[in-house]
Amino acid sequence: MNKKYGLNLGFLMVFLLFAFIISGCKSGGDKAAKDDETINVPKDNAAIYEDIKQAEKIFNALPSPLESAMLIKSAGARFDDALLNPIGNVNNYATNKSMALNLGIYTCDLSFASLYEQTQLIIDYMNAAKKMADGLGILKAIEQSTIDRLEENINNSEVIMEIVSETFMNSNSYLEDNGQPAIAAMVLVGGWFEGLYISTQLVDMKDFNGNKLVGRIIDQKLSIDILFKLLESSKGNPAVDELMGQVNKLKTVFDKITITTSPIRPEFDQSSNTTILKSEVKTDMTPAVFQELAATVAEIRNTFVK
Amino acid sequence: MRIFKIIAIIALFIFSSTLNLDAQCKAFAKKVCLPELGSYTHDGNYHAAVLVEGEEAELYKTFYSDKDYRVAICGEDKLPNVEFRILDANKNVLYSNKDSDFAPTWDFKLQSSQQLKLVVKVSSFNQSGDTPASGCVSIMFGFKVKK
Repeated sequence: MNKKYGLNLGFLMVFLLFAFIISGCKSGGDKAAKDDETINVPKDNAAIYEDIKQAEKIFNALPSPLESAMLIKSAGARFDDALLNPIGNVNNYATNKSMALNLGIYTCDLSFASLYEQTQLIIDYMNAAKKMADGLGILKAIEQSTIDRLEENINNSEVIMEIVSETFMNSNSYLEDNGQPAIAAMVLVGGWFEGLYISTQLVDMKDFNGNKLVGRIIDQKLSIDILFKLLESSKGNPAVDELMGQVNKLKTVFDKITITTSPIRPEFDQSSNTTILKSEVKTDMTPAVFQELAATVAEIRNTFVK
Repeated sequence: MRIFKIIAIIALFIFSSTLNLDAQCKAFAKKVCLPELGSYTHDGNYHAAVLVEGEEAELYKTFYSDKDYRVAICGEDKLPNVEFRILDANKNVLYSNKDSDFAPTWDFKLQSSQQLKLVVKVSSFNQSGDTPASGCVSIMFGFKVKK
């Protein structure tokens, strides 16, 4: 075979393979393992439907930074700007991993500042999040017009929430659509850890028993396996593997907490047109376990923001 | 050399059409699904996929006690009805929109925090011989922010 011809063929094969891999990576969720099974060409639509039934897509939905911040606020916690990642740190982040984690962290800080109507901090943290998104090459996630709109509506909390939510969606949809699920997962992990860090730092040990914020921290145990599954879908990526080790360390502490829930009874409330999922829960986190948890979270979070 | 050009064009077509589908999905989620959340604040997470008739998607999420939630599940017009079910950890069905004429939204609240599973399934037109319809399906969550 002609050498030039052989090279062209090789190039085309690689190109085709790349195109197929990219197209296979899309659709916004993780394909279940059974998708990898060989599918024969079906003879009729019934067979097509049968094969399609096996092609599940799985989404592992961690709480968004906005939801994490909302949980802290609704637990009655105070605002403390000393707990946020200083905006002066923005120039410290040069790798994709550090920018992704800190995009989540700054978005959580931004959400926290927004819910407590800290006007100057809202602008500052939106700019910090923009710097991370720009660094990751996320086009049009946070444009200058977004910052201008934020400034114009700085006293309108509803519009601010809308902008924060929209910019976060722009970032994670861009990453999902452009075949970067590992980066998208790291953004979510950063935001989740920041919410957990702020919560643990705000707990007053003198007011431990019956503290609503402590209850919210215990609730995060329910998301640990979601966090693992989210990262597992990008296993093999060195940055993700390192994060999995850190999450495993945190899981060891969460495993010391027991959550027991009674069966759920759905009841429809006609006055609010809402279904209430009724159940009772028992938890058993001791102050010592809480302190271990808070120390572990702080240790991991500090490796993200340094 | 002609064969290479054809292969390259096909590959480019596959690549660009996938990107285009994803961009359409995002636009659909923003324009059609987001308004379904109404007065609820969107959490900012993006869950959307191109699904084919009969195909299922699953989503796992923790929901917190005493928060008012709305879930909105929207499928493009070219798709048949989109069914969704909410299940607890023991696979008990807590809600199915099939019982509410395939309503795209459901408002709920939890007495205690739980991890729930959401199963979305695109129904089938059941017209044998036709190419199965495919289109974007978007899942969005909103909550109420109390001042």
